[in-house]
Amino acid sequence: MSAKKLNLKDKYRLLTRDLDWEYSYVDRKKAFPYEEFEGIKITDWSKWEDPFRLTMDAYWKYQAEKEKKLYAIFDAFAQNNGHLNVTDARYVNAIKIFLTGVSPLEYQAYQGYAHVGRQFGGAGARVACQMQSIDELRHVQTQIHAMSHYNKYFDGFQDWTHMHDRVWYLSVPKSFFDDARSAGPFEFLIAISFSFEYVLTNLLFVPFMSGAAHNGDMATCTFGFSAQSDEARHMTLGLEIIKFLLEQHEDNVPIVQKWIDKWFWRGTRLLSIVAMMMDYMLPNKVMSWKEAWEVYFEEAGGALFKDLARYGIRMPKFVEVTEKEKEHVSHQAWWIFYNYGHAAGFHTWIPSDEELDWLSEKYPDTFDKYYRPRWELAKKMEAEGKRFYSQALPQLCTTCQIPMGFTKMDDPTQIAYRSSDYEGEKYHFCSDGCKHIFDEEPEKYVQSWLPVHQIYQGNCGGASVEEVLRDYYKLNLGADNLDIKGSPDEQRWKEWKGVA
Amino acid sequence: MTIEIKTSTLEPVRNTFANIERRFGDKPASRYQEATYDLQAETNFHYRPLWQPEFELNDKNRTKIVMEDWYALKDPRQFYYGAYVQQRAKMQEAAESSYWLFEKRNLADYLSDDVKNLLITYLIPLRHIENTANLNNMYGCAFGYGTAITQALLYNAMDRLGIAQYLSRIGLMLDGNTGQSLIESKQHWMENPAWQGIRALCEEMTTVEDWFEVVLAQNLVMDTLVFNLFYEQLDGKLAAMGGRDIAMLTEFMQAWNKDVNKWFDSVLKTVASESDENKALLHAWTEKWQSKVLDALKPVIQELLEPEALDLAVAELEKRIKKAGITA
Repeated sequence: MSAKKLNLKDKYRLLTRDLDWEYSYVDRKKAFPYEEFEGIKITDWSKWEDPFRLTMDAYWKYQAEKEKKLYAIFDAFAQNNGHLNVTDARYVNAIKIFLTGVSPLEYQAYQGYAHVGRQFGGAGARVACQMQSIDELRHVQTQIHAMSHYNKYFDGFQDWTHMHDRVWYLSVPKSFFDDARSAGPFEFLIAISFSFEYVLTNLLFVPFMSGAAHNGDMATCTFGFSAQSDEARHMTLGLEIIKFLLEQHEDNVPIVQKWIDKWFWRGTRLLSIVAMMMDYMLPNKVMSWKEAWEVYFEEAGGALFKDLARYGIRMPKFVEVTEKEKEHVSHQAWWIFYNYGHAAGFHTWIPSDEELDWLSEKYPDTFDKYYRPRWELAKKMEAEGKRFYSQALPQLCTTCQIPMGFTKMDDPTQIAYRSSDYEGEKYHFCSDGCKHIFDEEPEKYVQSWLPVHQIYQGNCGGASVEEVLRDYYKLNLGADNLDIKGSPDEQRWKEWKGVA
Repeated sequence: MTIEIKTSTLEPVRNTFANIERRFGDKPASRYQEATYDLQAETNFHYRPLWQPEFELNDKNRTKIVMEDWYALKDPRQFYYGAYVQQRAKMQEAAESSYWLFEKRNLADYLSDDVKNLLITYLIPLRHIENTANLNNMYGCAFGYGTAITQALLYNAMDRLGIAQYLSRIGLMLDGNTGQSLIESKQHWMENPAWQGIRALCEEMTTVEDWFEVVLAQNLVMDTLVFNLFYEQLDGKLAAMGGRDIAMLTEFMQAWNKDVNKWFDSVLKTVASESDENKALLHAWTEKWQSKVLDALKPVIQELLEPEALDLAVAELEKRIKKAGITA
């Protein structure tokens, strides 16, 4: 035979997309029915550049090696009561948020990539999505196994999937991913692969994993390291999908821009919980949320969008608002939870004096002016035995579902109320960004399962908030919720550590 | 003398997650249990899918099969991701050493042109059937209900991609890494009349709407017949033609087939024993697809194997059907 030997790229092509063929006997659109309704034009799937070239045999081999090491550490962690090495019992609340709020998103990612990993007509894109699907399954399962030990010694982890479907603040992450999965296949990829995995993931993943490393949490931190090479693959998929769509047809550009606008804002709202975790929940701080935003979004994201300008893509809408928000969002979010600590599945607390000073130093323009006085007041009230919990249920933003506690960013003393009318009903929003998203697709967001509305409509059991929390959410009241001070978590921690 | 290593024991507050405790009682749980049960969202979905507004994002009604608890479909292999990749890594290690040896000893050079032709015409095209199996299992994974079955379907889908890649590698070993044999074998798949029935059926399968139906059509009917004919029975013929070494390259597929049958037989048995309605559906689907697959296979098997080959394969399928309790 005289034909030339194949290079790696061509070989990978033969081992993946060449498995596919042109249909002759049934209409291929019947087998791949969801490619056109979003208005995206794909003229030639063969232009897809495989973002990574990993055949299954290599995948099994590498991943098995990673799993072997990871589980060896999980075993050692459990054997040696690794939970005793975390900085203090407050830290564990950060990973309660992770298990109840983030791990179920990994699960939804597994489902979402399975769906597009079946539905894309282009075999190259399909296989890349299938690999991400199984990776995401890995992530949710290894996270469960990492947290399994904590669940045995701390409250608040035990009913994480039940909680995710029901608890008020968990509807923020849940609705985010429901939104992406209920969208068409291309929007899903722009939402998750590009906007989330590529642009914003460093702001979710890195803070939690560095937080774990800085606070003696060997299990979470090891999981994070182990997932890094998967994440690197996912990021290359995010970059490829956007380049591919933009290069396929110029008509795709405005559609993609609209999705970038939407998902950037959706993402920043979701990240407000990470902001609060970084600034308030980590006993040993990694960096402030503001610093993280500057490094991971303003610098890295700025460079990325400069690259995309040649396709006619501009920075996401409302990016200028985030520049102001980075000064406020963590403080406002933790304040909301402090006020609703009785209705949360984790513990809340007032920052210590050192932590207040750290916040002043990190937020010189805003903390002392707007937020320190609140905490001083809360401290005073607590000392007088008047710890205050908000009893009224908050109004939620129809889009992001966060309680309407965020202020106007030019005037942090005024709550930012926005609203739209649609088919005779009024809908409320926390920001121009969320209002804009609603206005673009009102028929979607009127469906939102807003936890507070649902409680008022009697769809969450019981007549009182306490019954909802106990019976519908299945919180162990007095153990999972309220301040860390006086909690069973704190008591046990003190016993283990031999302090009074 | 045994030495007891002193470790400090702390009394745990609970043994496992609350959902696992509700199912199995307050006792330590396995990793499979914690990584499988109740992971999938059950309720309070925010938006209906734009692409299927008649369903919720996760919806039991995407199949006619009805299960009181979809988590009853547990995997006897107890595969969660970590267990799955480690098991497959062992299998691939064995396969890798066979492929390595085959190449190192230039065993392809000892194959007659007849054997090579037979492989290119009848074995390598199976990679397209595997591609279809990948799609069908992905379909079940995406539209199925509950982690117990959907994770196993994903593992199966990825396995099929892996098998398609092994088959392609056999082609590359025959043609000295030029890809020529893959081009030829794809031509057979696209144009050779003997293959057209199967190709048409593969295309049809990817348009079936009920996820359980297509998963059954693939993993029970198509696979039982194809694996029996093209790996077991063809193995004998190849040996007789002086192509015994090919068995080194298809050992993975044979071992794999045993492994997944254990899982899928148990799934079918559980579904069938749930209700008479389920049993009747499984039966109707099995009959329907058995007749379709047999019709499609006839031309290619007539060229490839002895006249009784199909009957032997059907006997194998009937054994599985009986074992699963799928009766009229």
